[in-house]
Parts: sequence; structure tokens; C-alpha cells
Amino acid sequence: MKQHHPPAWAQRFVEWYCKPGLVEDLTGDLHECFERNLATMGPRRAKLVYIIDAFKFFRSYTVRKTLFAHLFMNRIMIGSYVKTSGRNILRNKLFSFINILGLAISMSVGLLLIAFLLDLRSYDRFHENGGRIHRITSIFTSNSEQGGKFATASIKTADLIREKVAGIEEVTTIKNDFSGDAKVGGNALPIRGYWAEPSLFRVFTFPMLQGNPETALKAPYSIVLTESAATKLFGDQPALGKAIEIDSMTYQVTGVMKDVPFFSHIRFEALVSLSTAGQIHKSGPGFGAWTDIWSHAVYVLPSKNADMTAIRAQLDALATEENLAGKNSRIQLELLPLYNIVVGESLRQSEGGPGFTGPHLSPAVLWILGALALIVILSACFNYTNLSIARAMRRVKEIGLRKAIGAGKNEVRLQFLAEAVMISLAALLLSFVLFLALRPLLINMAPEMQRMVTLDLTPATVLAFIVFSVIVGVVAGFLPALFFSKVSAIHAFGNVSPVKTFRHLTLRRALVVIQYTVTLIFITTTAIGYVQYKNILAFDLGFDTANILNINMLDNKPDAMVQALGEMPEVKGVSRSLITTGVGNAWGGIMKYRDSRDSQLVMTNHVDENYLPLHDYKLVAGGNFVSRPATAGAVSEVIVNQQVVKRFHIAGNDPQKAIGEQITLNGRKMTIVGVMQDFHYGKVENHIGPVAFTPWTPEDRTILSARVHGADMPATVAKIEAAWRQTDRIHPFTAEFYDEEIEQAYSEFSTMIKIIGFLSFLAISIASMGLFGMVVFTTETRLREICIRKVMGAGAGNLMFLLSRGFLSLLSISAFIALPATYLFFQILVLPNFPYHTPVQFTELFSGLLVVLLIAFVMIGSQTLKAARSNPVAVLKRE
Amino acid sequence: MKGTNLGEFEELVLLTVAALGNEAYSVAICDELSSHTGRSVKLGVVHAVLNRLEEKGLVTSQLGEATKARGGKRKRFYELTMAGKAALINAKAMRDQLWAKIPSLAWKNG
Repeated sequence: MKQHHPPAWAQRFVEWYCKPGLVEDLTGDLHECFERNLATMGPRRAKLVYIIDAFKFFRSYTVRKTLFAHLFMNRIMIGSYVKTSGRNILRNKLFSFINILGLAISMSVGLLLIAFLLDLRSYDRFHENGGRIHRITSIFTSNSEQGGKFATASIKTADLIREKVAGIEEVTTIKNDFSGDAKVGGNALPIRGYWAEPSLFRVFTFPMLQGNPETALKAPYSIVLTESAATKLFGDQPALGKAIEIDSMTYQVTGVMKDVPFFSHIRFEALVSLSTAGQIHKSGPGFGAWTDIWSHAVYVLPSKNADMTAIRAQLDALATEENLAGKNSRIQLELLPLYNIVVGESLRQSEGGPGFTGPHLSPAVLWILGALALIVILSACFNYTNLSIARAMRRVKEIGLRKAIGAGKNEVRLQFLAEAVMISLAALLLSFVLFLALRPLLINMAPEMQRMVTLDLTPATVLAFIVFSVIVGVVAGFLPALFFSKVSAIHAFGNVSPVKTFRHLTLRRALVVIQYTVTLIFITTTAIGYVQYKNILAFDLGFDTANILNINMLDNKPDAMVQALGEMPEVKGVSRSLITTGVGNAWGGIMKYRDSRDSQLVMTNHVDENYLPLHDYKLVAGGNFVSRPATAGAVSEVIVNQQVVKRFHIAGNDPQKAIGEQITLNGRKMTIVGVMQDFHYGKVENHIGPVAFTPWTPEDRTILSARVHGADMPATVAKIEAAWRQTDRIHPFTAEFYDEEIEQAYSEFSTMIKIIGFLSFLAISIASMGLFGMVVFTTETRLREICIRKVMGAGAGNLMFLLSRGFLSLLSISAFIALPATYLFFQILVLPNFPYHTPVQFTELFSGLLVVLLIAFVMIGSQTLKAARSNPVAVLKRE
Repeated sequence: MKGTNLGEFEELVLLTVAALGNEAYSVAICDELSSHTGRSVKLGVVHAVLNRLEEKGLVTSQLGEATKARGGKRKRFYELTMAGKAALINAKAMRDQLWAKIPSLAWKNG
């Protein structure tokens, strides 16, 4: 059996702090307990308990009094440390420069991350009851859906909680997507907000400036404006009590509230009383039903000291009771604390009001970002460690002297830590400047970023920056401090051979290899990611998107616009459709063929007869739509893709014979008039599935697609915009080229590539600086050897090979680890998520390596060449 | 005077030291307390209390013989001093007096 021992370091820790008189029986007791625990709970737990107990014994009566004296003495010495460190930094300008610059660059990433995290942490903290507020999460299970978690819940849930659940102080429901054009006097302005209840003001802290928060959202057709919305609509005049016309309905302004703070996950310009929605939607089917969980968020405020487990149990019971009635779907309820909404579990929401759940980031993303930043920072720390230990030889005498006049290991250790912290604090100043420069770049990188964070400086951020910088200093100085503290005075003054102090060569080599491996992984990831991203953009979706301008008609009838576009010579064709496909939008319907029990969800789009030729869809069989139905009820034709024919085995899988067959789509009989070749309806990461196009009707919302030709695109777009102004004076012109829309659909990839690309740029600069320092140092220390070799007849090329051999072998080891690792990472983890990807090419795999090697060659080459060219007479004469 | 009064746990530890006689060292005291009171007694707490009792002069301690167990570390054995014995007797007497004062009638109905 293996003999287990208590963890040695914990034992040493006790011996370090404990009074000598108590040490023996204390460690003995711990040991006895450990042996006993070993038998009862196994070695791992026993060791853990030992460590915990070792810390628990750290009490006023066990601690050596001299320990405090030592700490006090060190404080006096810090002045001396600062002085010597400062001198040392100034003496080695090149190395200090490399260290400070490297740390500053890497720390700027850390600062950005800290500011980012603190921003995320400050979300929703302004609510007085924030710690108690929870949002209801609905877990929806049905035939086609397995336990999808939704951020929304039904109105009925809110009512039931109010009635039945004990321990809840307040419940408030917010219904999403209140938007319209607010008409005040002559002008109209678009306004956007939510439907809400009076209890909103009791749950959340949204201060009311005018009006009574208790009653403002009670009566139907009441509206509460934020301060800026009130100014937007009414200017300087008081808004309270005024009437606003929105969508031909008149609302009374019953309150003006302070603007919603930036760091709030719910953002709005206006709140309309929920009772209004009750009146408008009362006739609609399912409004207020238990399963209507798609468009309301329910927040609860449990009373102080409420038993959350009891509340959860009550919610479970409530859901179980309600689910008895439903046949096809089940809903379970969960509570999500307010502070976990922005950073927390990813929840789904049905297609609806944009930004309803507000900004969200999953913790996994934060962990990945943190890990990447940590890698870059560690790389800079490695530089410091490496260069400090490499220069050890020159400082050994200093340490020896310190030790000879009474410095202990601790003092030496502290001195080197102080030096590292000084360097990192100096780096902090520089990295702060970098932080200020990089901040706008980061925020403007993606629109989501602008909505999510401000990265403003607060006292908390500044404090975090300083703490962070000290930690970085300690991490960087840890190994040198350990190394130098072990130098003994005798060795230092003896005729110390340089070889001896180079014992840590393996460590330094390992650090360089790690640094370069990481750098190579970063840079190849960027290269591969970029190529894959470009491939996605250039991907053949199965239809033509070049020079097509998609104009969102919003709620306007498209006819006037179609006519205006038709008159422009630059516009070669116009088509109408319900949605834009290929960018992640989806519209679906249930399709059945002969077997009424066999149904399938198919993706649909409503398109007019010009849509297929305009986008160059290829028909395998049949033809375009013939009829032009005026209402959705009159639609009788459908064009399907090959997948539909295959899925239902229509006419024995023969597209030609499928023409004229009847299918049912959303309960309506339709005749197949054409079969399209398969194309990408969804994004590239989705498999191609069954798709059906039905004729567009004037009842549908419209996206106009215009194929634009001509040399001057901006002028053409401006012309079209002028035409839009004729149709709609209120809303801005929202049009985008199809290709740009596709680019935006994959913006998360481009953001990711930008971040990793930036980090790889930093990693490569830091690693290069470190390598440069090492090369300079090595050539300097070996200068005499080189000169002797030169005298003996070695050529420049020969010497360069000699000097760079070691570094090149380290680089090849890194390449050997990094390239296969990156390749496997993409092939096994990333690319399988994209069914239609192109395989990783060797060019992008090796291009990164080539760049890194090139930079390394330049640095090694320049220094070794300088050394190889030096005049032996000048160097050797010095002694 | 502060320092002569015994806390509840101090009293228990002191009693255990007395009960264990020659075998009264920290881990044994801890075990004994755990088995008698039924609550899990932490070693660190016992240590702290023993230390305090020693400061108050209620117990004395000395290191025992080295053994192979305990990683070769000696045990510290505790012993009651005269003051310690007096404190225990005092505490018991005080309790007995209070017990005697409880009217038997009230006790039964409770």
C-alpha cells in the first residue's frame, strides 16, 4: 500500500508561523487527525482537511511574535529595495525597455478585460431591491421542442404566482415590443418601449419625475415617457397630461420618468399600461393562456428573508397543476436572479421585439476571453522571468553581498518582487495610455459591443487596474525571486563560473517554447479563421446576391416604391418578398402530403413572380407562379425545393412528375407549380432542409429587392433613398446590399477573428521582444568566445549558425507542437459545426509559421551578424 | 473578576481534562467531547480553549514521550491545577444551588 503523507508545504507553513513552543504538539495533532481521516475519507479529502486545519490554527496565540517584527523590518527595507531596483532598471535600459513595453502591451489587454468585466458586473445594480428580484424562466417541452429555456413567461403565470405563491411581495409583467409612430401636433416620431403594470415601479427602481407611480400605468391607454422621450416629442413644454396619437389610438401621458440607466438589461423610451394590451389583444386567440409564454417577461420580488426553496417548490406545484390541462406541451418554471441575467445562462426568446432580453453574454465567452488575455499576460511575464534569470550572473555578487551583511532569503525574495512590481507599475502607466487608445476600437468593433459596455473609468476600475498590475508584477517576479534567494554568499564570492548560474537553462528554454507555441497557435488560428470566414462570405448559396439592394418597406405598401424604382434606369429589376433568406431569418409552416399524420416543418418565404428570376434561382422542373393572389386565403400555388420532394417521396422522387401534386401547407391545399434546386435558406452552419415558396400577397410585409446596375452605386442608393422619402417621411431609409447583409449575419465571426488577430499580434510582438532580449544577452555573454573563434578562423556564416542554432531548435519544437494542435482543434472541434466547410489548407497553416520565423530570423540574424562582425582586437584587448 | 468565570465550553473541556486523567491531550479531549456532547467539536477550538485555560492558570501542560505515531511528534498532556479543580467545584456548586431553587411543582407542569 502506498504511504500517504500530509502535504509538506502546509506542514512547513505551520512550522513557519507557529511559536516554537507550540509547533511540536500542534503538527503532531494535525498528523494524528490526518492519519485518522486517511482511513475514513481517503487520501484526497484527508489532505484537504489537513490544509484547512493548518490555516485554521493561524490564531493570535499560535503565531510567532517575531513574524510581525519581520514584516515591519521589511517595510523599512522597502525604501532600499526601491532605490536599488530603480538603479538597476536604469542601468539595463534595453532589458527594462523590453520588459516594460512587453508588460504594458499585454496588460492593456488585461485592463480592457477588467473594465469590460466591471461594466458587465454593474448591470442592474441600481435597483434598490436588485438582490431579491428574479425573472421567471419557462422551460417549454412539446412534440417538436425538448425543454427549450425561454426568458419569457405567460401572463397567466404572473397571475397565478400573485394568487397562489406565498412569500412573494410583488409580481410584475412586461410585454415586449410596443412600437409605433407617436404623433404630437403635426410631427410624428417613432417610439419604442414595453407594456407594463403599475407594480413595475415597486419592483424596479425607476424614479418618476412627474406623475404618480402608483397609478400612472393603471388605466388603459396611459403612457409613461422617459425624460429624453418627453423632450423628443414635446420639446420644452410639459408632457404630463398631454395626448399622443400612436397607430390611430390616443394615449394619455400619465408620467415622466428618469431615463433608464445604460447598465439596465431592460431599456425603453416609453411604457404603456399593460391593460391597454389586454383591451387590444383580448379577441386574439391564446392571449393570457398558460402556454402563451412568448412575449412577456415576468419578474418577481420575494419578500425579505423569503425561503427560496419553498417558493421554487410552489412554482413546481403550480406548473404541474397547469400542465394537467395541456395535451401537447408542458411548461416548467425556474427563477433567474436579476444579477445573472446579463452574464448567465443563454436563454431563448421567440421571434419578437429586438433587444427584449437586453444584452447577454454567456460565462463561457468570458472564460475564453479571460484565458486568452491570461495567456498573453503570462507570455509577457515569461519575458521578465527569462531575462531576469538570464542576467542573474551579473547580479549574483550583489546578492552575495546582501546575504553576507545579514539579508535572509525573505529579504532577497522581497527585493526582487519589489523590483518586478516596480516594473509592472511603470508598465501600468504605459498600458493605461494604450488602454485609452484601444478602448474606442474595442467598443466600435461591433454594434452589440456599443450597446453592452461603455468601459468608462470609475474609482473601482482604477483600483482594480492597480491591484492587477501588482499581481502581474508578483507573478513575473516570482521565479526570479525564488532563484536569487537561493544564491549563497560563498558561491557568489567564490570564483563563480558562469556555467553554474546557467543551471536554469531548461526552465528558460521551456518558457521560450511555451511562448512561441502559444504565439504560433494564435497566429495560425487567425489565418485559418480568416480564410474560413472569407470562404463563408464567398460561399455559393445557390442563388445570386450580387448588386441586389434589399429595402425594408416597414409597414408601407410597396406599390409606389416599386413604380418609382421601375422608372430608374439603373434598376434592372424589382421583386417583393416577405423576408431575406440566407442571413439567418426564418419563417416556417407545417407541410403535409397524402398521409395526414406525417407532418414536417418547412421553411417558407412569400415571394412575387419576379423574385426567382431576379435572384437567379434554378428551377429543376415546372415554372414560376402564375396567379397573383390578393389575400393570404387565396394562395394556391407553391414552389418547393428538391428536399421537399425527397422528404415526402412526392411522385416517386421525380421532380418532373411532382408538378401538379397537391400538398397541404399550414392547413391550406396547394398545388406544386415548380421545383427549385436546393439552396441555402439558413446560414452556412445549417443543413439544407425542405423549403417552400408561396406567392407574396399585399397582406404581407415587404422586402423589396432591387437589382442595381451602374457605375455610381452611392448615387443610385441616394436616388432610391430620395424615392423612399416620398413614400415615408417618418422612418429612416433601411436598405442594405445583400452581400453586406450576409457579411453582417456572420459578424460574430469577424469580431472573433479581429479579437484573436489582435491578440496574436500582441503575442507575436511580446514573444519577439523576449527572443530579442535573449539573443542580445547570449551574444553579449559569448562575445569573447565568438572573437576567439573568429581569430581561429571561423567565418561569419559559421558563427551565425552557431549562435542561432539553439533558438532555431526551440522554434522548431514550438512549431511541432503548435501546428498539429491548431490543425486538430479546427478539424475536430470547430469545422464539424459547419457542414459545408472547406478543409484547412496547408498554406494558411504554414503562413503563420513563416511570418514568425521571418521575424525571428531578422532578430537573431541582426544580432548575431553584429557579434560576428565585431573586431576581435577591440573585444579581447579589454582584459 | 474576569478570567475566573468559566464559559460553558471551557467548563466542558476542563471536565474532560479531569475525566481523562493521564491521557488528557488535545485529540483525545476532542474525541471525548464529541462522543459525549454529540456535536462535532473542532480541534482548533479545543486547542484555543486549552490555551486560554492555561493562560488563566486552570490547567498546566507538559510534553510526553516521543512515539512512532503522529509523525514522531510528542503529545502535550494537560492536567488540572488546584485553581482548575476549585473552578470546577465552584461551578458545580453554583448549579446545584440553582437546581435546588426550582420548585418541583412548576417543573412537573412545564
